[in-house]
Amino acid sequence: MEMKELIVEKLKKNFGEFVQEVTDFRNDLSITIASNKIVDVAKILKEDPELEFVMCKDVTAIDWATRKNRFTVVYHIYSFKNNITLRIKANIAEESPAIESVTSVWPSANWYERETYDMYGIVFKNHPDLRRMYMPEGFQYHPLRKEFPVLGIPGSLPLPGKI
Amino acid sequence: MGLEAKLQQDGFITTTIDSIIAWARKSSVWPMPMGISCCAIEMIAAADPKYDLARFGSEVMRFTPRQCDLMIVAGTVTYKMAQVVRRIYDQMPEPKWVIAMGACTSSGGMYRSYSVVQGIDQFLPVDVYTAGCPPRPENLINAVMTIQQKISKTRARDFQDQPFDNTIITNN
Amino acid sequence: MEQRPTVYSDEKLFKKLLEDKNITIEDALENEMVINMGPQHPATHGVLRLVLRLDGETVLSALPELGYLHRGYEKMAEEMSYIEFIPHTDRLDYTGTMCNNVAYVLAVEKLLGIEAPKRAQYIRMMIAELSRLAAHMVAIGTYAMDVGAVTMVMWTFREREKIQDIFDRLAGARFTTSYTRIGGVASDADSVTLKMVRDFLDQFHSALDEMDKLLLSNKIFIDRLEGIGVLSKEDAIALGITGPNLRASGVEYDVRRAKPYLFYNEMDFKIPTYTDGDCLARYWLRGDEVRESVKILYQILDKMPQGEILANEPKHTLAHKAEIYTKMEELIHDFMIINYGINPPVGDVFFSAENPKGELGFYIVSNGSGHPWKMKIRSPSFCNLQAIAQLCKGAMISDVIAIIGSLDPVMGEADK
Repeated sequence: MEMKELIVEKLKKNFGEFVQEVTDFRNDLSITIASNKIVDVAKILKEDPELEFVMCKDVTAIDWATRKNRFTVVYHIYSFKNNITLRIKANIAEESPAIESVTSVWPSANWYERETYDMYGIVFKNHPDLRRMYMPEGFQYHPLRKEFPVLGIPGSLPLPGKI
Repeated sequence: MGLEAKLQQDGFITTTIDSIIAWARKSSVWPMPMGISCCAIEMIAAADPKYDLARFGSEVMRFTPRQCDLMIVAGTVTYKMAQVVRRIYDQMPEPKWVIAMGACTSSGGMYRSYSVVQGIDQFLPVDVYTAGCPPRPENLINAVMTIQQKISKTRARDFQDQPFDNTIITNN
Repeated sequence: MEQRPTVYSDEKLFKKLLEDKNITIEDALENEMVINMGPQHPATHGVLRLVLRLDGETVLSALPELGYLHRGYEKMAEEMSYIEFIPHTDRLDYTGTMCNNVAYVLAVEKLLGIEAPKRAQYIRMMIAELSRLAAHMVAIGTYAMDVGAVTMVMWTFREREKIQDIFDRLAGARFTTSYTRIGGVASDADSVTLKMVRDFLDQFHSALDEMDKLLLSNKIFIDRLEGIGVLSKEDAIALGITGPNLRASGVEYDVRRAKPYLFYNEMDFKIPTYTDGDCLARYWLRGDEVRESVKILYQILDKMPQGEILANEPKHTLAHKAEIYTKMEELIHDFMIINYGINPPVGDVFFSAENPKGELGFYIVSNGSGHPWKMKIRSPSFCNLQAIAQLCKGAMISDVIAIIGSLDPVMGEADK
């Protein structure tokens, strides 16, 4: 438990009011921070000799549909040294959603961020290669947004002609 | 007095051209394993020692469409993949047949979502649909046998007027 | 000029080629070329597409493209109840279906805050390990087939069939099992099934030795893999690689040991690691893992406790059908769960389990209703594939096939 307190304490010391919320649900520590500080937080978490969160396991986003800050970008990072998985969240607004890319800190975030861009349309600034991951080039929508229907939009994806 | 005894002599048999060609065609159906997802593993299982697809003359899985006459579409076909499947089908020489293996290829199956084609018959002429998710190897073998039955009823001249069309493989 | 079939996309280019008398053999040697490998290629394990830039036979750069099997799992999960999603987890990593079932129900149970009875957990552990064997059998077999040893795939599938017979008896389906339930498992493992597992394990040793004899004394096989596709420890961590591929690079990280779930903390097993990080190490490592799994399975069979297989949580677990048809309480609960869902508390959890391909994680966000608000699948194959561009750089084109085989991606999982 003291490890979790240490992480929160370190982040609070470095970023003060930018640490917006700390929750510990089902023993998963989750820290919400201001979206403009994401790269600085990532650097501290990776490079601090006591923390060493060297591996980024996952980057994704949540679409809250009705909230003012519509999207939440979620990072799961892991420290081999302390054997702990930490969740970092950053809320971003609906209008032209964008956040700084963390690929400079964790290279593995490259594809995860591409996937998030493909699914939610969140732009990751300074990403080396921000293209769609799954959907074909030229597809206009972002499927995991809540307004997109599960069955898709007819005609949005072409099929070869019938023989 | 079977056929073997007659083989010692300069014998002959009488048959029709159609039936001998159909017999030759159906006994050596070479599949093009279009393995896309889960069904591909069951397709390998159908060719493995336990189920042994070779008993039906269909063990020669060729990964180039130019050498095949049966396309087994095994797995979920997405809109992105549909273009590829169709292009490979177009490259196969006539006459050719298609098995839609599994629920996904037949009707979209459990994937009622934005990216999955709800049945490959929207862009391919399918001869045999196979039920199951994925179908057991026995079921795939049954599909191959059904194709063989279908081939045995064809006549040689059925495919005469369809020369191999090279123009299809141009980039569009 | 006679009419020729137009196999070239550009008519003008084709005519120009015919007219050009100055083409020499050096032209082909001096130019780089771009080759499209996949999505339909026997060695890409499904529908991975690699665009390779080649100088002769050397790969200058590789660009993987995914999404040919993107089935929209995460979107569909938001539209269905927690129980309905269990069959979909089968089709993520379809070589080791049971592992996905187990990981998913454990994630939901973590969200609900309930725990399955001990016997159910042991059965889950048993099927997860059997599934790991089945997945590694496919991995080893197809890997050997890709680099030229076709006999191997027949032998490994022979063993795999025996595992699938066990699943057939246990779950009623040989391949897509959907065997686990929230709060337990679908049906109890009877003594015949347990004996089938033991009989299988007893003969599995000799089969493994036979396979080793076939490949590991084969100089061609060793030469083909040794020193190819070397992934250093630092790169593996930076690229987010998990599972056998990470351990082959010398990082001793296994979720079963790092964050024990089920009863793995009671099991005695080693985590094999290699420091080479090349294709051969990744092959060896899978063989070693299979042996460790066999060891775990023997312990599970010895320690298998008696008891219930479903948790006593009527609001969250579906009762057995026989009880629903005969008892009023169970019928009411069944009606409520089917119509309104299991309604976990508001919150989000991340749970990961060690799968044959690596660390499979489920991130579930609940808003208190019967459907997940968001479900993210952290699929190991997707993360492992990130290394491909780096590993292929500078390799020969035939090594690319060995590299893909050694990373062992399953596209159903990578594309989701």
